[in-house]
Amino acid sequence: MRSTADAVIIGGGVIGSSIAYHLAKEGMRNVVLLERYSFCTGSTGRCGAGVREQWGSERNCRLAQASINAFEHLAEELGYEGDIEFKQKGYLILAHTEKEWEQFKKNVALQNSLGIASKLLTPQEAKEIVPILNTDGMLGATYNKRDGHCNPFHTTWAYAQAARRLGVELQYFTEATGIRLEGGRVAAVNTTRGTISTPVVINAAGPWAKPVAQMVGVDLPVYTQRHQILATEPTGPIIDPMVMSFSIGIYCQQTPHGSVVMGMGDPNEPKGYDIGSSWEFLREMSRIILRLLPALESLKVVRQWSGLYTVTPDAHPILGGVPGIDGYYQAVGFSGHGFMLAPAVGRIISELVVGKTPFIDITGLDLGRFERGELQVEPSVV
Amino acid sequence: MKRSVEEKNWLEQQNVIVCRCEDVTLDEVRRAIAQGATTLDELKRLLRVGMGPCQGRTCRELLARELAEHLGKPVGEIMPPTFRPPAKPVKLGLVSRLAEDVPRAGGDSSLEGGESR
Ligand SMILES: Cc1cc2nc3c(=O)[nH]c(=O)nc-3n(C[C@H](O)[C@H](O)[C@H](O)COP(=O)(O)OP(=O)(O)OC[C@H]3O[C@@H](n4cnc5c(N)ncnc54)[C@H](O)[C@@H]3O)c2cc1C
Repeated sequence: MRSTADAVIIGGGVIGSSIAYHLAKEGMRNVVLLERYSFCTGSTGRCGAGVREQWGSERNCRLAQASINAFEHLAEELGYEGDIEFKQKGYLILAHTEKEWEQFKKNVALQNSLGIASKLLTPQEAKEIVPILNTDGMLGATYNKRDGHCNPFHTTWAYAQAARRLGVELQYFTEATGIRLEGGRVAAVNTTRGTISTPVVINAAGPWAKPVAQMVGVDLPVYTQRHQILATEPTGPIIDPMVMSFSIGIYCQQTPHGSVVMGMGDPNEPKGYDIGSSWEFLREMSRIILRLLPALESLKVVRQWSGLYTVTPDAHPILGGVPGIDGYYQAVGFSGHGFMLAPAVGRIISELVVGKTPFIDITGLDLGRFERGELQVEPSVV
Repeated sequence: MKRSVEEKNWLEQQNVIVCRCEDVTLDEVRRAIAQGATTLDELKRLLRVGMGPCQGRTCRELLARELAEHLGKPVGEIMPPTFRPPAKPVKLGLVSRLAEDVPRAGGDSSLEGGESR
């Protein structure tokens, strides 16, 4: 392992890997990426693989839009031989309550003003897109064709391999155990394989962002919470877009491989680090999904698992540096939608590190917003 | 565990399918290992080996030996893959109809025998 670096990244999920690639692309190549286990062991490898521009806040819309622009050419840009399985068959977001229908009208107006081509649909129009959808009790839906799916394993691997080719050292099975500050500046990172002197450290530790931030005395206002998910056996094409409902709290999408992946939020889920799988989830998930998509009845579940959301009070990530700790940056608190933001976030963080103005304005996504009380909560989350 | 000559010859052939559920060849496995995969979970993430209906029952051993050989380690030192419930594929319709108080083993979601209920 290198003993001196220009930057050390803590976390080998999609965020850390994207940052590694973008730093190298900015010309900073003496970089070490530390990952306690292997690539995609954290939230990234457990996620629902959905990517969408249909957000309720301008900042999330802009980050997601720029990321989808990047996903469209990502395999090419990264010189990836495999398939990142990016598919754009849209997200169909269902409205079952007056409250969410009102919110959706606002969301679509905002999205359209930013150049996102989402639209409001009647239940009948929604059924044309997903013929097996049960529209009973539905008030309408929103739809955006550019949204869809991308494979988190391949995306992360593609970023990491491209970074490695540009000179980044990938240190898997290596844990960061401490960060040494000298006179308010980052000086070194201690790891299970020795110490690396570095002026820059980037916290991309996902659910473990809070303990990593504590290494420099920063207290992150985030908590972790289990979210469960399952996959069925593969079958022929039956559902094109991601079908999602915020009021019911579910999402369901058929992957390019043919399996149907679905997950559900549970408002009673305790905070913490449990990532077990429950039988109750399997039953509730199947009950709810069969009400919306009864034709899935005979599909077999082959696998269920769970992962952690790292949630902030306003469901927006925390990006950038922290005043008073020179050389410390963070990209944390993605609140359940960090995979789809990884391309833009990787670029923004690397631009900050090399002293450029980020290509997307991130005012209001800093840690200081919580103290200033400037919170604008993202309404559209499962 | 050493491989027999016959087994080795058989494996040497290109395009030998190692994971029947997901149609993955030995060649693809070797390429992933050459790119840096060192564990069964990594192979699974990159190639879907072991993610099909049999959940790795058929290919696990073969893959572990392939990794062991490449890394020059005994097969016993290859980290086992993560196992995920349910123990057997089960229809969504069936799970949705199970009653609230269905008996279950150890409180987890393994639905061993679930399909006959
Ligand atoms: C069930 C579920 C469904 C989801 N669905 C979606 C979706 O459809 N779309 C979407 O965009 N997002 C989704 N998400 C959210 C998404 O998974 C995360 O926001 C995203 O993966 C965060 O990536 P990350 O790289 O920050 O974190 P991670 O992938 O968790 O990576 C952090 C890494 O840091 C490592 N680490 C931690 N501490 C240390 C240390 N001290 N030293 C070294 N390494 C360390 C960990 O081992 C881990 O690998 C979902 C999440 C879950 C759980």
